[in-house]
Amino acid sequence: MAANNASIVTPRTDEKMDVVFVGHVDHGKSTIVGRLMADTGSLPEGKLEQVRRNCERNSRPFEYALLIDALKDESSQNITIDAARVFFKSALRHYMILDAPGHIEFIKNMVTGAARAEAALLVIDAEEGIQENSRRHGYLLKMIGIRQVIVLINKMDLVEYRQEVFERLRSEYGAFLDSIGVQPMCYIPVSGREGDNIAFPSQRMPWFQGHTILTALDSFEKSRPLTDHPLRIPVQDIYRFTLFGDDRRIVAGTITSGTLRVGDEVVFYPSGKRSVVKTIEAFNRPPQEKAFAGQAVGFTLEQQVYIQRGEIAALANEPPPKVSRKIHASLFWLGKEPLTTRKQYILKLGTARVRAQVERIVSVQDAASGQIITGRSQVEHHEVAEIDLSLQSDLAFDLSGSLVETSRFVVVDNYEISGGGIILSEIADSESWVREKVMTRNLRWVQGGVTLEQRQERLSQRPALILITGTRGVGRKRLARELEKSLFQSGRFVYYLGFGSVIYGVDADLKRNGSPESQQEHIRRLAEVAHLLLDAGLILILTAVEFTQDDLRLMQTIVDPQYIETIWVGEAQTTDIHFDLKLESLENVESAVTQIRYLLQEHGVIFRY
Amino acid sequence: MDHLEELENISVRILREAYANFKNLGMLWSMGKDSTVLLWLTRKAFFGHVPFPLIHIDTHYKIPEMIAYRDRLTREWRLPMVIGWNPEALAEKQTYPDGNVDRLTCCSLLKSLALKNTLNGKGPRLRYNHLAQQYEPEPNPEPFTGVIVGARADEEGSRSKERYFSPRNQQNEWKIADQPPEFWNQYKTDFAPGTNVRIHPLLDWTELNIWEYIEREKIPTVSLYYNQGDGKRYRSLGCYPCTFPIESEARNVHEIVEELKVGRYANIAERSGRAQDKDDGGGLETLRREGYM
Repeated sequence: MAANNASIVTPRTDEKMDVVFVGHVDHGKSTIVGRLMADTGSLPEGKLEQVRRNCERNSRPFEYALLIDALKDESSQNITIDAARVFFKSALRHYMILDAPGHIEFIKNMVTGAARAEAALLVIDAEEGIQENSRRHGYLLKMIGIRQVIVLINKMDLVEYRQEVFERLRSEYGAFLDSIGVQPMCYIPVSGREGDNIAFPSQRMPWFQGHTILTALDSFEKSRPLTDHPLRIPVQDIYRFTLFGDDRRIVAGTITSGTLRVGDEVVFYPSGKRSVVKTIEAFNRPPQEKAFAGQAVGFTLEQQVYIQRGEIAALANEPPPKVSRKIHASLFWLGKEPLTTRKQYILKLGTARVRAQVERIVSVQDAASGQIITGRSQVEHHEVAEIDLSLQSDLAFDLSGSLVETSRFVVVDNYEISGGGIILSEIADSESWVREKVMTRNLRWVQGGVTLEQRQERLSQRPALILITGTRGVGRKRLARELEKSLFQSGRFVYYLGFGSVIYGVDADLKRNGSPESQQEHIRRLAEVAHLLLDAGLILILTAVEFTQDDLRLMQTIVDPQYIETIWVGEAQTTDIHFDLKLESLENVESAVTQIRYLLQEHGVIFRY
Repeated sequence: MDHLEELENISVRILREAYANFKNLGMLWSMGKDSTVLLWLTRKAFFGHVPFPLIHIDTHYKIPEMIAYRDRLTREWRLPMVIGWNPEALAEKQTYPDGNVDRLTCCSLLKSLALKNTLNGKGPRLRYNHLAQQYEPEPNPEPFTGVIVGARADEEGSRSKERYFSPRNQQNEWKIADQPPEFWNQYKTDFAPGTNVRIHPLLDWTELNIWEYIEREKIPTVSLYYNQGDGKRYRSLGCYPCTFPIESEARNVHEIVEELKVGRYANIAERSGRAQDKDDGGGLETLRREGYM
């Protein structure tokens, strides 16, 4: 077959598409990609000759895979370690081809390669048939969210180009794909080594009239950005670059779906804060009136609201994202250590980052055999599972059934991304009743003329809620007063609010019967009062007997968790609360005050003098 | 959205992720076309600002025009410019042009080692003072934990396997066989103390894309890239003893785009003019494992 005399191809369009080759180890992915490059004249001049010469020098047979497996380790072991990118042009468009590794050890590299692609070609060895990773890769393609899949039955030369081999594998693998909900676009019998149905139709398989790989690639459809879906912008940052007299306060992020226009009313989740888009900013480009899914944008707001990285911007007149602290998800695990219910993880979704714990492992599926196992206490690497996660703070997200991009998350274990998941449903948590109230409050909030930032600058302090808790009679109130005095004397704007000061006024209508409902409502009101005082820029000191982690979680739903400093007083800890500081005794109140002040400095509430 | 906008948006998102996640962030600027596009994308991402230092590793063998271009843009765009180098190797003349070491060792000393010590704060650093209009020694150089680099996957084999966020261990080494997974726009932004991360926003760009973008955005470039009448131009810029011009009639950006698209260089690798790539089968890979850009 003509390998060297192909002339330079100039595609009709500038369109670019990323595709990935996956499949079991040694089923010939790199060979096919190398052959495709060679037969379409896509190799850099001299590369083919250089690899041929190297082979002669080392007395080994020439292989097309060597063109692709450029890394030293790979050419010596003859396997692909990491997904390599090669660039390739057809008559239609430009391709970036990712050649993913098929070895089980390198699954995370396969996932990395596949996740970049819009379409996948899954390679199966005609002689060896369907293997473990043929199925596992099929599964992962589904999880990663690749919809366009073509199956290549490779090494047809080793089975004398027999049609029945091709047909048997097609029905066998087709049944598997069907069971996991993947519909491939077509199956092609090929030989990477001999060049059959790669760039040119094969003369040796007259029984097959379908696509070559080259024409199949051009039949993939370019995925279009989701401009007509509800708007979602995970907030990456809020920029305030004051250099050269710039006074813009720009909210930056990439639009994952929908369309943003100047004048739109936007709501940020999970906080529920809202404002109106004033401008869409750009550099070296005239100001824009609109921005679309796929664009990395920046916009300014009419009314300044305090929002942070991790929130999702949506439009007030479109369906909002969900907000919860409990989710039900499907997940694939790549970690070296198993995923367990005993450990704390970090979950990253969009630009949000929250602490997470696995509450329940519903079921585990062996991605190679398809077998479903229940009653497991951990998820091993390369397994797929359905799990319930509980999160330490509110998270905004969508469900995979509605907006897939904002339903995807990764799990970080010990600094490493160790798993990927999609959220199937939200689970109502015990704070749901409060969260609705808080979102309505934020939605209806009347904006003042002075911003929190201006207050912080004037007062030289960041608002904070210092929650002092511990067993009865340990001296919490005395500590609160001493701390208040100390901070006040050094010029801080501080206030001590005792529980008793709220019960008979704010809570006058509440029954004090000790029921969980009245206790929760009591905390809710106290937290709302705290929220007002923090918004005024105050450092607020609160004391409470034996606050539990549930109590704290309720409070964190109402008051931004980053403002809360928790201090446990007393030797023995009698509740499950997570604290920032523990003071074993108050014998020396002065030293206790100093320790708290040090904590406040560390956390940037007050500054060193 | 066309292919250049698509690439631009991805790069901008990566730059913003880097800025949001790394406290001590810097960007390598070699004044070449790639890192200059990177600088331009930074100004896009941050609306005209460059909110982290630009680092130039000066081998002292750069073509003088590149240095003049660096200093001109530093002043005009008010760039936070930082320079690092390897004083020992230069003083002891441990360089290829001095005839004392081979090309790869020279690269390893003047680039990799200089970079390593500039990043970890152990080597000397100069910072441009815009008020005084001069470079001044940086008194307490802090280590950089994130470094943005303009590497492209189409340059050569080892770069084609890079991550957008690529960790380096305490010895600045790259572990190719054990790279972190990267999917759904989630990158490695958590890392153990003492390690650092290379960030590659240009990974998906080709040489042609770079020039198409320079043409569209009208980005100023060094004149060495163009044929000034002698039928030669530089396709890739480096140190003058090891970088050679190619035969070319391209006199401006548009002619370079044509030359790469349908002309004589449409199928010839860019780094064919770089001598250090040829000294050993996987020369660049060896260098990159040790921390070369």
